[in-house]
Amino acid sequence: MTAFFQGLGLPFEGAWLLSTVIGILVICLPVMLAVAMIIYADRKIWAAMALRRGPNVVGPFGLLQSFADGLKVFLQETIVPSASNKALFLIAPIITFTVALMAWAVIPFQVGVVLANINVGLLYILAISSLGVYGVVLSGWASNSKYPFYSAIRASAQMISYEVSIGFILITVVLWAGSFNLTQIVESQKAYYGFLNGNGFNPLLFPMAIMFLISAMAETARAPFDLTEAESELVAGYQTEYSSMAFALFWLGEYANVILMCALNAILFWGGYLPPVDWAPLYYVPGILWLFAKILFFFFVFSWVKATVPRYRYDQLMRLGWKIFLPTSLLFVFLVSGFLMLTRYS
Amino acid sequence: MIHVIAFYLFAIMVVCSGALTILSRNPVHSVLWLILAFFNASGLMILIGAEFIAMLLVIVYVGAVAVLFLFVVMMLDIDFAELRAGFVDYLPFGLLLALVLLAEIVLGIGLWSAGPIELAQRAAPVNPELSNIQAIGGLLYTRYIFLFEAAGIVLLVAMTGAIVLTHRARGGVKGQNVAKQNRRRPQDATRNINQPVGQGVEL
Repeated sequence: MTAFFQGLGLPFEGAWLLSTVIGILVICLPVMLAVAMIIYADRKIWAAMALRRGPNVVGPFGLLQSFADGLKVFLQETIVPSASNKALFLIAPIITFTVALMAWAVIPFQVGVVLANINVGLLYILAISSLGVYGVVLSGWASNSKYPFYSAIRASAQMISYEVSIGFILITVVLWAGSFNLTQIVESQKAYYGFLNGNGFNPLLFPMAIMFLISAMAETARAPFDLTEAESELVAGYQTEYSSMAFALFWLGEYANVILMCALNAILFWGGYLPPVDWAPLYYVPGILWLFAKILFFFFVFSWVKATVPRYRYDQLMRLGWKIFLPTSLLFVFLVSGFLMLTRYS
Repeated sequence: MIHVIAFYLFAIMVVCSGALTILSRNPVHSVLWLILAFFNASGLMILIGAEFIAMLLVIVYVGAVAVLFLFVVMMLDIDFAELRAGFVDYLPFGLLLALVLLAEIVLGIGLWSAGPIELAQRAAPVNPELSNIQAIGGLLYTRYIFLFEAAGIVLLVAMTGAIVLTHRARGGVKGQNVAKQNRRRPQDATRNINQPVGQGVEL
């Protein structure tokens, strides 16, 4: 796109800036729209699993429910508690929301359709997702109130614990692909056994795919790992003191993170924009549709789990992260690198 | 042009947030300014083309170390008057430390521009085709493999030492046996009885 604007007579830097800004908008606005619609889908799925109807009043089939909710919180008053640390109290939701959108910069939607095709794409995602904890921790501390503070402490411990195992899981994928670049990781998944696309079909990486799905739930603090906002213990966790748009930003950021984690599941283990089967006619379907279908499938799994699995106890959560996932993922790093040494690099 | 703007933006932010780290009264604010400084420093790293170091800076320092700092500082009960009380006593020592650091920076820059480091760079120029990670990996796992592994062993020892120092065996704690919990079946814990009216339940 930079070349196109240069063709219109702009200098290189102006053209680069303009095309980058357009690229950011082209990614962020649909993500926001997707978040609004995915919240609706989430509520519909829970409702169906609980034999309820779910949102069905605003618009046809209740499709506009999220927009109505958005308008409602937009018109509400922002209440800042007098004992809170005001600047940090207001910055915290902005951090959560911004960080959730930032990681989308390196997600490949097609061959070459990516905002920043950087060599260290996967490390960038790790770095950005490690920033996500600050929004929660700051909101908990700045609220100057008991329950948000408990929630912030829980969140930071939980996110750090699961980032460790996620790191090792990503290492196995990187070893297999031989690159940190997300496009190359997707391309490396072509044609397992000659006809399947996706690392998940690899017996050495399939257990990692399952563990990554579970770790992704813990990392985004979704049920059954939503200890940070466990209603029965912590009211609403770190969001307790928030109202109006600040609350909505947390909500949007959380769902943007969930969609991102679904996209990562699809890209790292199930072939991203590649069709699931390596068969020529399937490549006529645009890759972006395959990616969206996979994202939606994983989102369905997320809300399925939320609707059916009871919440973990905190010590069980820590046990799962440190005593089960960490040793297992470490073992698989050894297995995968050993296998590659024996076959590919010997 | 964009590079220059970005450089001055990041550089000013690093210097300002570094200064605010030591100037701000609230320790939590200090840690947050420190995090901003780390973040902008990684921006500077990206500008010189060291994207791997930049990402590691964010992952390790911002994502792990600073979170633990914040974690500890948040839970402190801070007495601000006491914090500022020892300022004059510590001033000479602080100035000494600042002088040592300044001398080290001057020495380092002097060596870089005139000394053997630059010559070594000239002798083995960096291949522009190679990505950061491959270049660093190639050096770490061939030429510096023993130093690298020694660093790993030092970290392992430090970690074990920290665990040994802080671990204390507490008596009287009821631990949970997960295998035993999973083996438990409904019939071990509940029973169905046909309760006659007017009699108590036998427990």
